[in-house]
Amino acid sequence: MDELIGEFLAETSESLDVIDVELVKFEADPTDRATLDNIFRLLHTIKGTCGFLGLERLEAIAHAGETLLGKFRDGDMVADSNAVTVVLKSLDRIKEITNGLEQTGVEPAGDDRDLIDRLESLSQGHGDPEAAAPAEPVAAAPAPEPEPAPEPEPEPEVQAAADDAATGFDADLGRELRPGEVSLADLEAAFLSTPGPEFEAEAETAHDAEADADEDEHDAEPAHVDAPVKAESAAPAPAAKSESKAPANDDAGQQQAHRTQATIRVNVDTLENLMTTVSELVLARNQLHQIVRDNDDSALKTPLQRLSSVTAELQDGVMKTRMQPVGDAWRKLPRIVRDVSQELGKKIRLVQEGEDTELDRQVLELIRDPLTHMIRNSCDHGLETPDERAAAGKNEMGTVKLSAYHEGGAIIMKIIDDGRGLNAEKIRQKVIEKGLASEAELENMSEAQIQRYIFAPGFSTAAAVTNLSGRGVGMDVVRTNIEQIGGSIDLFSEQGKGTTFTIKIPLTLAIVSALIVKSGEDRFAAPQLSVRELVRVGAGSSIAVETLNGANMIRLRDRLLPVIALSEVLNTAEHTSAEDMTGYVIVLEAAGRKIGLVVDDVLDTEEIVVKPLSGPLRSINVFSGATILGDGSVIMILDPNGLAQETSSAEGEEQSDAAAEDAAEAQGANGRQRLLLVRAGGEEPKAVPVSLITRLEDFEAQTIEQTDGRYVVQYRGRLLPLAHAGGMDHFPTEGRQPVLVFAEDGRSAGVAVDEILDVVEERLDLEMGSERPGVIGSAIIKGKATEVLDIAWHMQRAWNGAPQRKGKSSTGRNAVLLVEADAFSRRMLAPLLAAAGYDVTVAGGLHEARDAATMGAEYDVLVGDPAALARLQEEGVYTNVPRLGVGEHDYTQSTDGFVAIMPAGDRGGLIAALDQAARSAA
Amino acid sequence: MSVEDSFEYVTVRIGDQLLGVEVKQIREVFSPQDVTSVPRAPGEIAGLLNLRGRIVTAVDARHRLGLPPREPGANVMALGLEEGTELFGVLVDEVGEVMRLKSDTLEPTPAHLDPKWRVLLKGVHRLEKDLLAVLDIRALIAWQGGLAA
Repeated sequence: MDELIGEFLAETSESLDVIDVELVKFEADPTDRATLDNIFRLLHTIKGTCGFLGLERLEAIAHAGETLLGKFRDGDMVADSNAVTVVLKSLDRIKEITNGLEQTGVEPAGDDRDLIDRLESLSQGHGDPEAAAPAEPVAAAPAPEPEPAPEPEPEPEVQAAADDAATGFDADLGRELRPGEVSLADLEAAFLSTPGPEFEAEAETAHDAEADADEDEHDAEPAHVDAPVKAESAAPAPAAKSESKAPANDDAGQQQAHRTQATIRVNVDTLENLMTTVSELVLARNQLHQIVRDNDDSALKTPLQRLSSVTAELQDGVMKTRMQPVGDAWRKLPRIVRDVSQELGKKIRLVQEGEDTELDRQVLELIRDPLTHMIRNSCDHGLETPDERAAAGKNEMGTVKLSAYHEGGAIIMKIIDDGRGLNAEKIRQKVIEKGLASEAELENMSEAQIQRYIFAPGFSTAAAVTNLSGRGVGMDVVRTNIEQIGGSIDLFSEQGKGTTFTIKIPLTLAIVSALIVKSGEDRFAAPQLSVRELVRVGAGSSIAVETLNGANMIRLRDRLLPVIALSEVLNTAEHTSAEDMTGYVIVLEAAGRKIGLVVDDVLDTEEIVVKPLSGPLRSINVFSGATILGDGSVIMILDPNGLAQETSSAEGEEQSDAAAEDAAEAQGANGRQRLLLVRAGGEEPKAVPVSLITRLEDFEAQTIEQTDGRYVVQYRGRLLPLAHAGGMDHFPTEGRQPVLVFAEDGRSAGVAVDEILDVVEERLDLEMGSERPGVIGSAIIKGKATEVLDIAWHMQRAWNGAPQRKGKSSTGRNAVLLVEADAFSRRMLAPLLAAAGYDVTVAGGLHEARDAATMGAEYDVLVGDPAALARLQEEGVYTNVPRLGVGEHDYTQSTDGFVAIMPAGDRGGLIAALDQAARSAA
Repeated sequence: MSVEDSFEYVTVRIGDQLLGVEVKQIREVFSPQDVTSVPRAPGEIAGLLNLRGRIVTAVDARHRLGLPPREPGANVMALGLEEGTELFGVLVDEVGEVMRLKSDTLEPTPAHLDPKWRVLLKGVHRLEKDLLAVLDIRALIAWQGGLAA
């Protein structure tokens, strides 16, 4: 009997889950006959099995529910949400009881009269007695005694119910139906809708309901066809009834049989044990490998290889048994959403995408609760009431979309609502109120950063604690749960438009293939999933690590890849210089970018069993776990995502430098330049030399913040100061803001424009200088006069607020030789000098300047790097030409022959000094 | 002596101090071998080690108590305990005998003790010659988790 109950419980819980979903579907479309039939059949099976097992409480509820559903399916009644709610409630009660049954092995004591009354009242067309007062007082039905053990006696409740006065009129009977009674029409419908053996036409004969209460007890037994009839009349009816159930059961039985052939039910613990055993097997195999390698025992090699491949297959197989579609974790969600929408009076549509995406059962179990919580949150806090939505010009029906898909070795799940979005201001207040951060700290944070505080421990934005979400657990619990399984969660929210939560979780927690690397004395495991390639660098390799402004990189197929020593990231060694970097570069791809990690050696690849880190270590973002190697030692597993984040700031600078170099090469010898045409403050296009631009970005206008009177935006973990190229003092607060990012001396600034129009390749001849700050001058581009933006001025403005540039009118064309080794300074100065009316020749280094001298070129002024100019003087090149140094004043160097040495930033002063120098030359 | 009015302690030595750890709080005593240090870990985390196929996080009691680090090669023992599903090993200098002490000899932690110690002690037992400070080993392995960490 115990075994039977176990079977029954497993089956029932599955059926109930299905009914939950089906009912919600049915509510949305009460004409959906197929759905209703399915519900009816499932509930009927439950009822039948309950009767067979002597589970009286369950049977009574299932029976009453079935009766009500019968009315719907008969078309006697139309299902309204009230009725569905009551049916759902009874399902909950059934679940409660089955839970109790599972724990104790007997039906828990309790009284279900309330529910049964509501169900019966509804099926008699009275409406819900709880919604409206009952039409008749319930007859003093004897409350059933709590029964400790199942008892195959007739159910007192049902008996009582049968004795109750009833008002549902049944035409077939010519009298009113009694509570708990099923009309003939219902039965027929059940017959007709259930595919199965033919049934006798006698069923049409009228039957006596008196017997039903008793019959119900018996006819639930599938084997029992000839129900003993206590009734005075109409035996065929009960018989028919029995048969009507038999086919239903047969049908279910057949389906069961089909399923049995394809699948078997396996205890989860068995699978878990299997997995652990396989993990241990993998470890043992690794250990053996190690021994064989060390001893070079060839006799062992072949069998070990065999063992190896079998282990791998076994591992694969066991992994497969653990995979489940993510939809399994979602199955309860339609019901939850439906209940929430009822409770809150909201209209909510749940859209699910990618239910078939498979992931490890263990992971699935672990995300089930966080996911449920998040869906509740989205419905409760995320979506507005229909009125609010209507007022905001939105569709009254709010949408919560749940999607899942694979990406790399992970599964990405998104929960998107089109609700009100997170209110950063409210969160800010709450953060201060709870003392999670100070006002000053928040001041420097972007909106997105502040919004992420909802993941902070002890944070909950709900002003009023509702039944739904205010359960004392907040998003921090969700975050912790997800992070515990090596996942991550992030959010994106736009006020008034909605919120998107993105959860990234690993497909499986168990076993990954990893590269074992050595850095210093320590070994680490790098997940092979993220490893793109291995490059040997340093001694004995054609690839060397090169340095640019302290940042290391390698040339990899004509591209520069930033590299960083692993020991440096882990703080196990001091900064490693490029010359000392020998070994291997592991090219990792994570978080959308590639990074090179320099390690001393690559030892091996191994299948490792990932073990999670304990609490104190979990916050170290460069590790995702630890593992035990074949030799029994413990090593840390590197987290490519964390590493990518760690190194991103360094990378940003490197890229900008690299981009600048590339651009310098791209700029042809023919003097043509690539120019970016933008619109900024006015309709006419403005031009910026592409070579100056480090990057083009497009920021969400909302993310632009104002601090200390300046505009900034969060960019790669830093604040990027912004200035508007149109000279405007404020930024739009909505839509997207295109920004040109410039970098100089490791600092960056953004120049915002209204629109990016085009890129053209033109010879940049400044026709006219400009008095206007922020504009170098005008040039003809694509046949139109176009202003060329003074990027240096805008950068200064972004950094300091508006600098004053003393304008200078053109005084005729003097020839200037610009000697500047630094490509960036060169490209900044050349247009500036040209704009000031000078004929600029650019020399990238000393030898070019010397060449110019030997070619006999003549210049009025030499401008550029003070050291280079001094060197030229020493060499006797252009000794009688005035020199204007631009850059840092180095006091150890002679300033003889210099007109002045000006800092590059002082543009007005520079031009003034140049004018002076030019006059002295003339 | 009945069980109710007495406690059972494993005595350990850390530096010069004799401390007691309630027997029921720990799972086993073992000699830590091949501890893998974890870069960037908090100072009290001595590293990770393999104990019969499970990974144990070793927490150095010396560090938590503000004592100087152990000399290389010095004696070290570990008290193993489980916190949730995680295994911890608390590193101490020496593990001594098991003692059963009457609960009425337990006194509250003296107020003037270094706060670093105070938070880790449950009280002090008066022994005939010595004082036996009762180490709260759960507090010792607790860490300042959350966002702040």
